[in-house]
Amino acid sequence: MPETKATLRQYIRDNFILGSQAMNFADGDSFMELHILDSTGFLELVSHLEETYGITVKDEEMVPENLDSLDALHAFLMRKRAA
Amino acid sequence: MNMTEPLAAKPGALTPEVLKIDLAGEADRIGRWMVDTLVNKLHKRGVVVAMSGGIDSSCCAALAVHALGPKKVFGLLLPERDSSSFSSHRGRMLAEHLGIEYEVNDIAPALEGLGCYARRDEAIRRVFPQYGEGWKNKIVIAGGTERGINFFKLVVQSPQGEMFDKRLPLKDYLQIVAATNFKQRVRKTMEYYHADRLNYAVIGTPNRLEYDQGFFVKNGDGAADLKPIAHLYKTQVYAMVRHLGAPDEVCNAVPTTDTYTLAQGQDEFYFALPHAQMDLALWAYNHGRPAAELATALGIAEDHARLVYADIEAKRRTTHYLHARPELVEPIAEIHA
Repeated sequence: MPETKATLRQYIRDNFILGSQAMNFADGDSFMELHILDSTGFLELVSHLEETYGITVKDEEMVPENLDSLDALHAFLMRKRAA
Repeated sequence: MNMTEPLAAKPGALTPEVLKIDLAGEADRIGRWMVDTLVNKLHKRGVVVAMSGGIDSSCCAALAVHALGPKKVFGLLLPERDSSSFSSHRGRMLAEHLGIEYEVNDIAPALEGLGCYARRDEAIRRVFPQYGEGWKNKIVIAGGTERGINFFKLVVQSPQGEMFDKRLPLKDYLQIVAATNFKQRVRKTMEYYHADRLNYAVIGTPNRLEYDQGFFVKNGDGAADLKPIAHLYKTQVYAMVRHLGAPDEVCNAVPTTDTYTLAQGQDEFYFALPHAQMDLALWAYNHGRPAAELATALGIAEDHARLVYADIEAKRRTTHYLHARPELVEPIAEIHA
């Protein structure tokens, strides 16, 4: 669902970089490496996913492979919603 | 010569030996710096040290007495509802051993007035509705050194001794931390009250691990006029306290946060490894040693050592603002030149 990815991108842009045009990120870029998200930011992101999409993120799912890029995040969300 | 450079390290060997320093020389160097700083920069007549009974504040108090003599050092014991009675006992023991004047100021009424305990418990009850009178709590860190993203768990214990834990949602985590940060900030307010009335400076007590990794509360324990052991690894602080002749009970104090009602080690709450290993990891990282070498030295997997290095860097990055002065639109040249 491409619109979900666009919505996630918009959420990250609005919430973590306050709409700044100076910081762009590609779909595969690491949020950690670009300093867009730190550990508090990931907690915020997970709360957003749980509240907005009605999923529950387990402790063992708190890993970069699921959360640390727009591509990873989108794929993770699709898997969780399909489950 | 920089006294904190290792004395006995063989080139290439990564062992605890790299942390050995000339303790007598270093105590004298810190003493000269303390006198010079008070006289030429701060223009103050002595120092206030809050003594938690832990190893770092004990080291700072002993170094201050080494530098200035006991009459120029004022000790403060600042217990509250959740702090351990052993801490106050050790703090008092050291103050009497050093022969300094000291006061015990119970900060619990101030914390109650600010709603520290009520605001913290409100957030805890959102996670564990049964939490109430007689329950204990602590926060532990998880995730970071296993696969890469740190998160926090709230651990509670019922009066009957049953333990429960749950990952903390952001809002509740932030409220618990914000409420408990009142403790460090109220303590610092008391320290500055006494410093102002005596025309003294306030000593900050972070060791190198805490200073480098941002393990302090901004405008709380992070606030101070001088920080005499911020360059010393925790292992070196332990050695220094022993060198300065503190009582055994003080020398053997186990590092805790002394902030939550359940016993909580600093490595449970913040650091990736117990302090002796963390010291070696930070030293190795600072000296450009490869993760493989750290892995061998600590007997851990190379992947784990790499995650420890990544965690050091991540903590430096995320806590950078704790060290920062307030940002200005432009420098005020007359002040900052």
